Amino acid sequence: MQKTESLSEATPILSLSGVSKVFPGVRALDQVKLDLYPGQVTALIGENGAGKSTVVKVLTGIYQPEEGEIQLDGVSTTFPTAHHASDAGITAIHQETVLFDDLSVAENIFIGHAPRTRFGLIDTNRMQAKAQTLLDGIGAEIDPSVRLRDLGIANKHMVAIARALSIDARVVIMDEPTAALSHKEIGELYELVEQLKSQGKAILFISHKFDEIFEIADRFTVFRDGQFVSDGKLADTNESELVKMMVGRSVDQIFPKRKNAAGEQVFQVTGYAHPTEFDDINFSLRQGEILGFYGLVGAGRSELMQSLIGITTPSKGVCKIEDEIVIIRSPADAISNGLVYVPEDRGKQGAVIGLPIFQNVTLPSLGQTSHRGFLRMAEEFKLAREYTRRLDLRAAALDQDVGELSGGNQQKVVIAKWLATQPKVIILDEPTKGIDIGSKAAVHEFMSDLAAQGLSVIMVSSEIPEIMGMSDRAIVMREGRIVAELEGKDLTPETLVRHAAGIKET
Amino acid sequence: MIMLKKLISVRETLLLGVVVSLALLIATRFPGFIAPGNLANVFNDTSPLIILALGQMIVIVARCIDLSVAANLALTGMIVAMLNTMMPGLPVVVTLTIAVAIGAFLGAINGIFVWKLEIPPIVVTLGTMTIFRGVIFLISDGKWVNAHEMSESFTSFPRMELLGLPALSWIAVLVAIAIWLLVTRTPMGRSFYAAGGNPHAAVYTGIDVGKTQFFAFVISGALAGLTGYLWVARYAVAYVDIAGGFELEVVAACVIGGISIAGGIGTVAGAILGALFLGVIKNALPVINVSPFWQLAISGAAIVVAVTLNARANKTKGRVILKNAEHAQ
Amino acid sequence: MSITAREIPDRLTSSTSKVLRSWELLLLGVAVGIFVLNSLSSPYFLDPWSLSDATFNFTEKALIAFAMALLVISGEIDLSVASIIALVSTAMGAALQLGVGTTELVLIGLTVGLLCGAFNAVLVTVMGLPSIVVTIGTMSLFRGISYIVLGDQAFRGYPADFSFFGQGYVFWVISFEFALFVAFAIFYAVLLHRTNFGRSIFAIGNNPTAALFSGIRVQRVKFILFLLTGLMSGFAAICLTSRLGSTRPSIGIGMELEVVTMVVLGGVNILGGSGSIPGVVIAAFVMGLVTFGLGLLNVPGIVMSIFIGLLLIGVIALPRLVQQLSQRLK
Repeated sequence: MQKTESLSEATPILSLSGVSKVFPGVRALDQVKLDLYPGQVTALIGENGAGKSTVVKVLTGIYQPEEGEIQLDGVSTTFPTAHHASDAGITAIHQETVLFDDLSVAENIFIGHAPRTRFGLIDTNRMQAKAQTLLDGIGAEIDPSVRLRDLGIANKHMVAIARALSIDARVVIMDEPTAALSHKEIGELYELVEQLKSQGKAILFISHKFDEIFEIADRFTVFRDGQFVSDGKLADTNESELVKMMVGRSVDQIFPKRKNAAGEQVFQVTGYAHPTEFDDINFSLRQGEILGFYGLVGAGRSELMQSLIGITTPSKGVCKIEDEIVIIRSPADAISNGLVYVPEDRGKQGAVIGLPIFQNVTLPSLGQTSHRGFLRMAEEFKLAREYTRRLDLRAAALDQDVGELSGGNQQKVVIAKWLATQPKVIILDEPTKGIDIGSKAAVHEFMSDLAAQGLSVIMVSSEIPEIMGMSDRAIVMREGRIVAELEGKDLTPETLVRHAAGIKET
Repeated sequence: MIMLKKLISVRETLLLGVVVSLALLIATRFPGFIAPGNLANVFNDTSPLIILALGQMIVIVARCIDLSVAANLALTGMIVAMLNTMMPGLPVVVTLTIAVAIGAFLGAINGIFVWKLEIPPIVVTLGTMTIFRGVIFLISDGKWVNAHEMSESFTSFPRMELLGLPALSWIAVLVAIAIWLLVTRTPMGRSFYAAGGNPHAAVYTGIDVGKTQFFAFVISGALAGLTGYLWVARYAVAYVDIAGGFELEVVAACVIGGISIAGGIGTVAGAILGALFLGVIKNALPVINVSPFWQLAISGAAIVVAVTLNARANKTKGRVILKNAEHAQ
Repeated sequence: MSITAREIPDRLTSSTSKVLRSWELLLLGVAVGIFVLNSLSSPYFLDPWSLSDATFNFTEKALIAFAMALLVISGEIDLSVASIIALVSTAMGAALQLGVGTTELVLIGLTVGLLCGAFNAVLVTVMGLPSIVVTIGTMSLFRGISYIVLGDQAFRGYPADFSFFGQGYVFWVISFEFALFVAFAIFYAVLLHRTNFGRSIFAIGNNPTAALFSGIRVQRVKFILFLLTGLMSGFAAICLTSRLGSTRPSIGIGMELEVVTMVVLGGVNILGGSGSIPGVVIAAFVMGLVTFGLGLLNVPGIVMSIFIGLLLIGVIALPRLVQQLSQRLK
């Protein structure tokens, strides 16, 4: 990957200085500074809650700052609406899907700025033609008249990119663009970025992955807790310095290694199969063990886990916990057998916002705290007190709405909830996905503690360093099947990738 | 080819088939049913439902619902009828404009509550439904406006024949064309689908979801107002209870026409076909000697069946991960 | 991680302070206000028998509102309740023609109510259809069946002891309907606020996915809730039919609006997730007082419904308006 050697001190195309964004009770951005230079990629780095998504919304006119100045080519300006920002040539590929399933691809690309005929109606022919040109330009083989719903997830992402490029942009913002992409597609994205750079556009690249950042970016800006920390050229720094700036302290142990003697076999799965999602699944788990499940996105790992806890029904298969056969047809069955699942989507699937903390913690354990179906609040508070203390929860009171807590503390409530059921096996699905470095380390340390206390952990992860650092053994899945079981010497990044992608050994 | 593909999707073709088969079925016993004259009658009779269903379609696509349409119709109808008794010389064009304006205003009331105060549409329109009906009583003092109190020009307009069809039918056709242009070819029309299909994403594209929904209610209200005049003029009477319960038929027409209550999905053809389905049944009942008391149950059953079929059609299939399973599908 | 274990208090604000700032207390204030207004505006109001008559304005609707509140908190709605009343009443009337006694009538009524509820339940929970359209459909279907059976006729001739339900008194001025209202108020309050079942309703209403993952049988709970609204509509139908002494297919028309108003007025969030039975009880009194008071002033029913409509919208609009204005003044 060629990097632009000369980073001339040109005027930034887009510049924020002293910008603040205030919500009731929260200063999401506090006098931040951000400069985007033409023909260069600036990486915006920061933990979750550092203000990255907020600053993107300010740049694209969705939020109005309370303080500070926005400068376009050195001239002070404002973006009262999203239209103003896009008219000024600022476009963004957001993290969330900003697309409409029931509109066509062409309409998705041009919604809000479709070409018009003389009478003010939408010129569908011109729109289709322009959409086709754009899609061809980024190498996407998509028919613009197709409904978005009928496309696969990678193609939908292509449409999102085409949409971002459909306006004559000078500034392109990419917010975690590689999250859903395969290796090949990431490579294509890098080429696209180079293309945009050579056209003199300024690119803001937001990512958690340092390897990507060092690969593609020229400059960096670090935010922490909504404040500007530092900026500069990537060539002048390294990963651990960036991490220190991000977190405010050095984080040594991201993967606390500890040695555990694994105990008896506690969980055994034989012959699990599902008509469309997975087949021929056999594995076992020992007490105190951390078993990693690696695979590419779409390999079927989450589907398997959700089937194991009864969300979906397998077509066949036997499951044994502590050597006794258990039939699990619903999450309630799983919980009562000591098998719990912490889902990937912590927000939607984890905490019940609207209920107080203690009620969240006791939700799966009501059978334990209640008496013949009648609630006993005293018992509930007792249980909640114990487990929230264990996890060092920061909250004003146990009857506070869990929605008022920070993301990290909500996560603790979710984990407390599951620990309170005193499980034997805990399945963590992408436990540190989208989580910043600081919290990652905390979660990993916690996982080690769990294993040390005799719990058995299944960890589904798509991050090789995490699998390497945390697993005692690793299972690789591909296209719904288990293709490898690795431990010790065989557990290397190369073998993991090889099996996950199906690359033959030469 | 693409235009044709877009023009008639599978669901609407199926519905067309059902409506046609229904008519043919009845014709096997009573051939007179499919005589052009009778078919024109059925269309004319169903025109109010078609107009209202088109307005409701926009509201439902935008992820809202408008249960106040029948009350709006009745109130506007009463107002223009009373206006007519006081100023019988008023040209019909003026009356039409006033009806549309009043209807739009009533729709705007719904729209403001949904947009600015973010009150769920079901609550707002349940409330305005009864408020509008009550207001009819207040302004009319419970009295009826009868045929002999209405001017000749007022009542004859809907029946005016032009090229074989009465004005009422023509208005339905014009409204259908206008709405079709609106939803397929104007930015505002597409924004209804965007706002209803993915309101969260719509914000990023610069679409103001609340404002879009406001306009949906204004359009629905305007069409209800228009239909209000047409109704009282055609039936030559105005009183508190006219079109009582009609809002359910309107929603039924939309649901049968494949418009999804979740928003973002629905076509003009669907709304029209849904209305025609109910219209054919309503007109067929007396022909095959079934009491009109069956009508309500039939609409209800039709809604339930239609929702079930819609849900099946809109379900996105789960991800197929196993390679051989993909072939087996 | 931190070394010192921090003790988080159970509650930040005391229970009494929470009650004092609640919706229910505000509503109680409104109820008292209307009571005073009524007694000032009409000399007939402050009579025990008069007040007892007033309760008939809300008891039947409240029976349904209790079950409806639970359903709405769980995130669903049932607009077919008034039509279930019609079908139940029709079924009882039809059975009456076959010469059954009061006990059988009651059993038939409740069973038909349960069956209607089950029909809704299957469509929503088993087939996964959205409750708002489904119940708009069954709203037409159930009443439609009543129209098919009765046309423009009526069933009459209910036995004398049947009329006790809607017209009888258990003690002094306390009518049977009022006693039933109190009994069910207690039942539903305990069910919603003191049992695991009730807790699961709140969880489902706030986050059905998380509730499912936490082991709550979401579909089963919702199924039961639809059965309950059907059953309570059955109870309401028995009382109403008994009070009117006859069955017409138009019986109870429009009642679903009043039930929803009562639920929303009682502080239940129409989008689900929060609400209380005491709130619904007070709302029942407020609505009863308003309609009875207006009735004493000879206001016609249809104008009264303007008040109900305004109440429904106002109850939700006012807090939001206040919130928006106060933010703008900050």
